[in-house]
Amino acid sequence: MNQTAYALPAAPAGILSTRPAAQARGVAASELFKLRVADLHKRYGDNEVLKGVSLDARSGDVISLIGTSGSGKSTMLRCINFLEQPDQGSITLDGQTIRIQHSRAGVRSADKAQLQGLRTRLAMVFQNFNLWSHLSVLDNITLAPRQVLGVSAREAEERAHAYLDKVGLPERVATQYPAFLSGGQQQRVAIARALAMEPEIILFDEPTSALDPELVGEVLKVIQTLAEEGRTMIMVTHEMGFARQVSSQVLFLHQGRVEEQGGAEILDQPRSERLQQFLSNRLK
Amino acid sequence: MNDLLHSLGLPGVELHGFGPLLLQGIWMTLKLALLSLLLSVALGLLGASAKLSPRRPLRLLAMGYTTLIRGVPDLVLILLIFYSLQTWLNELTDALGWDYLEIDPFSAGVATLGFIYGAYFTETFRGAILSVPRGQLEAATAYGLGALKRFRLVLFPQMMRFALPGLGNNWLVLLKATALVSIIGLADLVKAVQNAGKSSGEPFHFLIIAGLVYLLITSLSNLLLRQLERRYNTGIKELAP
Repeated sequence: MNQTAYALPAAPAGILSTRPAAQARGVAASELFKLRVADLHKRYGDNEVLKGVSLDARSGDVISLIGTSGSGKSTMLRCINFLEQPDQGSITLDGQTIRIQHSRAGVRSADKAQLQGLRTRLAMVFQNFNLWSHLSVLDNITLAPRQVLGVSAREAEERAHAYLDKVGLPERVATQYPAFLSGGQQQRVAIARALAMEPEIILFDEPTSALDPELVGEVLKVIQTLAEEGRTMIMVTHEMGFARQVSSQVLFLHQGRVEEQGGAEILDQPRSERLQQFLSNRLK
Repeated sequence: MNDLLHSLGLPGVELHGFGPLLLQGIWMTLKLALLSLLLSVALGLLGASAKLSPRRPLRLLAMGYTTLIRGVPDLVLILLIFYSLQTWLNELTDALGWDYLEIDPFSAGVATLGFIYGAYFTETFRGAILSVPRGQLEAATAYGLGALKRFRLVLFPQMMRFALPGLGNNWLVLLKATALVSIIGLADLVKAVQNAGKSSGEPFHFLIIAGLVYLLITSLSNLLLRQLERRYNTGIKELAP
């Protein structure tokens, strides 16, 4: 067993300039960033889908990961909470680093308890909602707070009702089962489930891609409200207009690398040819 | 017992005083079947986990288990396991210098039936586990549930929906297979009706009674299974009233 911590690269200057105040205080980089993802590599057999991607998120950042399918953006997001085991790299949340441990049997994260801890602080919203179909909406939202965080039944239910209200769903939805709701309603329940964990960061994996076009708006509206509240979010999305509207950072991935990154303005004035191409294809 | 049969409108059934013997036989059959069911469900869950494990040796072991057991007649296995268990135990006690230990037929019967039907349950559960949408397990992982809670709260309640039809089938076959253990000396229902038949000189009469008792137990099981299926189908749209 051989534990390897990877050196953290310096943050690109372009990102720092969006928040000069924090920089001026001169705090150490690890305190400055809520989440640092450094030099992630992920391989499936011979196919390397991530070739060293990094990301730095401050508290309150909304970061959009964009790119063509197969660019590695979803894999990158899923490596952050270790739904996919990265082969190399590190994830640092609030200065605490999860190291990737190499073992003979393969690669896994070092410490189960540490990983569990990380997962309770990051909540995820999936493309296909992934609500637990055998549980009512209420039970879907209260399950993890009760079983993982140890919140009392009463408080978990209060949270559930409060967050259902927040995502704009009526009280009566609580007793229904996911299969009886529309896609937009299901995704909003999934967002309420994420919020009930009171997470520090919410990860969105193409939250509107599985929805009928007329249902996309209601979900984006909820996500926008969360962005305005200053929640830290990382989002894989194909909705360029929405990304432009809410993002504090945009990362454009191409073939497992970050091809271009910057503020939302890069969507209007892309520097790299590939991003220009990607955006013009989108607009067709 | 005769009074009971009369009140059920079956006055023609005459037990010739063998009622208590038959009741004991029924009780033995039920005990055997239920304990074997518990053991085989446990083995089935273990076997299914092994079959779906990323570790190759576990997969091979489970594959060997199901291939061997499902490919050989139950009766052959029962004789083989029952006698080899005793032989192994004798060798073990000899080697350790202990006294001769006899396996009681009841434990041997439960162990044998449980081991055999564990292989069938392995296949039932393997299929059921694979039918649960991966995304739901992924969500459980992402929300910090550990392996045990993931199983108990998400996987098990959902896989049961897919497992119940096969499970019910296996249970019926297992219940009837308990009749085979009468050959290793257990006084189950079949043994009881054989004895009653021989003593009374009416073997056919008692065999019919045994058949009806099995039919009654399986019918009650089907009712219970239907209740369970209804319970595990909560939240499924296609089956909504």
